[in-house]
Amino acid sequence: MLQTLVYVGVLPCLTVAMVLAFVRLVRGPDLPDRVAALDLLGALGIAALSAYTLATGYSAYLDVGVVVGLIGFLGTVAFARYIERGV
Amino acid sequence: MDLVRDGLTVVLLCGGTAFLLLAAVGVVRMPDVLLRISAISKASTLGVGCVLLATALASDDVGVRARAVATVVFVFLTTPVASHMLGRAAYRRGAPLWRGMVVDEWRGACDGPTRGTTGGEPPTARGPEGDG
Repeated sequence: MLQTLVYVGVLPCLTVAMVLAFVRLVRGPDLPDRVAALDLLGALGIAALSAYTLATGYSAYLDVGVVVGLIGFLGTVAFARYIERGV
Repeated sequence: MDLVRDGLTVVLLCGGTAFLLLAAVGVVRMPDVLLRISAISKASTLGVGCVLLATALASDDVGVRARAVATVVFVFLTTPVASHMLGRAAYRRGAPLWRGMVVDEWRGACDGPTRGTTGGEPPTARGPEGDG
């Protein structure tokens, strides 16, 4: 039941959301737009890994989600600092 | 009891997915970088939190629950910080702001490059003019 919901409902919706975020990543008129799209992609990745953990029961994917969240935060903060400094 | 748990899991999963989809629509549709950051920071935080709580609720493993809740706490702590830094950097870089912006408390406070506007017509707050 939950597996079917994840495979039929959640993961396709997250895939559509990733495609939309990629649209902004490609079209973004400036660098902050692209960084925002990357931030959203990281969040979507965490959600997809969490839903996959729920469907399969492999808890290793959740560890990957934790690491993706950490790296995404550090990447966004580093990009913001470099943008503000004017590189 | 199992029925309640499964029902709550389904509600959290669907709600979180809807929030994430709305965040992605917002990042494409919004006319301005600050509005885009605003849309994705709130909606994606709530969406990720809901999906992770659904995973924590559906699992019987204590380790999975602990990691999911820890990730929720981490995301709730870090996303506002990252979004605020990114928004401030975009503003000081001189990103074009939406034409319908009403309050800009930093106007003139930072000597960035000249700023343009973007987006379509702003919504009229009081309806068409010249009525009486």
